[in-house]
Amino acid sequence: MTTATAPAAAPGRARALGLVRDYGVYFALALLFLVNLVVTDNFLTADNLRTQAVQMVPTLVVALGMALVIGTKGVDLSVGSVMAITSALLPLYLGYGAGLSVGVCLLAGAAAGLLSGYLVAFVGVQPIVATLALLVGGRGLALVLAGGQLKDIRNPQLRELGAGSVLGIPYTVLIAAVLAVLVGLLVSRTTFGRQVVAIGGNPRAAQFAGLPVKRVLVTVYVVSGMLAAIAGVLATARLSASDPSRLGELIELAAITAVVVGGTPLTGGRVRILGTVAGAALMQLIVATLIKNDVPASLAQMAQALIIAAAVLVQREGNGSR
Amino acid sequence: MTPEGPLAGPGIKTAPATAPPAEAARRGEQAARIVQRHGALIVLAVLLAVGGATFDTFLTAYNLGNLAVQASFLAVIALGMTMVIITGGIDLSVGSVYALSGVLAAYGAREWGLAGALLLPLAVSGAIGLAQGLLVGKAKMAPFIVTLGGLLFARGLLQFLTEEGSQTYLVPQTETAFLELGQGRLFGIGFPVLIALALFLIGGLVLQRTRFGMRLFAIGGSEDASSLMGLPVARTKVSVYVISGLLAGLAGTLNAAQLGSGVTVIGVGLELEAIAAVVIGGTLLTGGVGSVSGTLAGVALLYVIRDVINQVGGFDSSMQAVVNGAFLVVVVVMQTLLSRARRR
Repeated sequence: MTTATAPAAAPGRARALGLVRDYGVYFALALLFLVNLVVTDNFLTADNLRTQAVQMVPTLVVALGMALVIGTKGVDLSVGSVMAITSALLPLYLGYGAGLSVGVCLLAGAAAGLLSGYLVAFVGVQPIVATLALLVGGRGLALVLAGGQLKDIRNPQLRELGAGSVLGIPYTVLIAAVLAVLVGLLVSRTTFGRQVVAIGGNPRAAQFAGLPVKRVLVTVYVVSGMLAAIAGVLATARLSASDPSRLGELIELAAITAVVVGGTPLTGGRVRILGTVAGAALMQLIVATLIKNDVPASLAQMAQALIIAAAVLVQREGNGSR
Repeated sequence: MTPEGPLAGPGIKTAPATAPPAEAARRGEQAARIVQRHGALIVLAVLLAVGGATFDTFLTAYNLGNLAVQASFLAVIALGMTMVIITGGIDLSVGSVYALSGVLAAYGAREWGLAGALLLPLAVSGAIGLAQGLLVGKAKMAPFIVTLGGLLFARGLLQFLTEEGSQTYLVPQTETAFLELGQGRLFGIGFPVLIALALFLIGGLVLQRTRFGMRLFAIGGSEDASSLMGLPVARTKVSVYVISGLLAGLAGTLNAAQLGSGVTVIGVGLELEAIAAVVIGGTLLTGGVGSVSGTLAGVALLYVIRDVINQVGGFDSSMQAVVNGAFLVVVVVMQTLLSRARRR
């Protein structure tokens, strides 16, 4: 699909590059997995794999929504603040039951997405600015809601959600996997998914073709907001504590990286959900590998930056020749 | 002659009848353009007037002087960000580079005195800017991802140098020349403020009066057209990221001179404040349009709002963030609507 424009001059090389571009993230993931088998003690244990999976859940869930937004040529910087807002809201309504509390959180996420989506689709504000406002203000709002405090979550159902598992698979991982499948089907099997890709590919053409551009844009940001809210609920349940000041910090950047490393270009017009899952796993594994091998966190962070750069450098579209 | 009077009448009348709407539209368009370009300045003037009338301690030389020194660091960073954004790019690394440079300046001052305090941070921040510029300009990678890598890298390097933040580097009290750079005053105005103003003057001249400045606008307006016209697109982009890195490094250096130490926890989220100041100042994130004077007004506005909130009292820092965010929405929506009205 994407290798169709390979230049005739060096078809072999171009095809190889195209392969790396499309499947690079899987190669990298497999390679890192093999490296870990050799160098990391107790890597291939159920315990360790479970820990890795649990830790990547928030990033992955946020990245699923981010992939849709980026598919429309947008970006959602507000996701971390939305997580913080949900984390602050969750304990406030626990008196009325866990279900209602989670429902309020989802509504808040949808409202945040509605605000961003409205600014982008109807006012015409650039996505990065429209969502920047919520990034700046949202965490403040979360702290105001929470009274600036860390609160313990004592609700048994939420604690079970955060710590429990079925057949050895933690609930949070299961939920993330189901969401990934749902979003994947949404992209590949529905009209909505095709509209997202069409709008990202060429907004004007999509408009002329009579696609409901504004409605699709708003929906995409609402979905992203709701997924961020789910990530906030899962992370809060996992911690058994509401931590609006720290939860979701820099997650927008981690999610964007997972999406882009997974093969969805920032310029829109293509969405890779499986790639996004692999991208999130790759990011998680990079950090885990370095830390488990006693590399200081600071060096791990620098290495992460370099690996991101390398991955994107390999994957970049060949528009340089134009 | 008399019969011609009424005959000529309609002729004369029709001209003004069509002219006023056109002229009014033009005047309205001009007003919209002024509001869009100088909106930040107008809001700033209103806020200063209202603040001065409401609070006794607001419009004092002491208060404004302090405010200006605090704002000067963001101003220097935002100047580089303006140039990057005009080319259609973005630089997310500036907050990390700012913090890293402060630590390097304090370390350099301790080891090699004034020369080390100035050269070490500028060399490193310039190198980070160069690396980012090469990846964006030559390798054609997305500025967002490249500078995000820069953000992580610089913050990681900072943590590494300070042993995960546990070590603080102090500027020796004997380095009076360096400390003076951050704490000294000339005619009652802090040195960082004077330096920032001088840099903005230079930046404005570069943007408006030089070929290099024109290239930034051309590339931001249409990269393909610029490249077809034979402009050195890649080289210009590389320069812009180097300038942005150097300015962020300089801001961190000045900050270390002012505080007398390299502080590891500063600069988080500063890139977003810089972007906000640039956008409030009327520079379009899509590139091709912008001015450094608007950015200066944007920075001043952010700090004056913060100070007014402080003066009102009763708001903590989280409430300030809410107000800042809400304000950003209002300004951006206003600007977008106005620029759209102008295009029609």
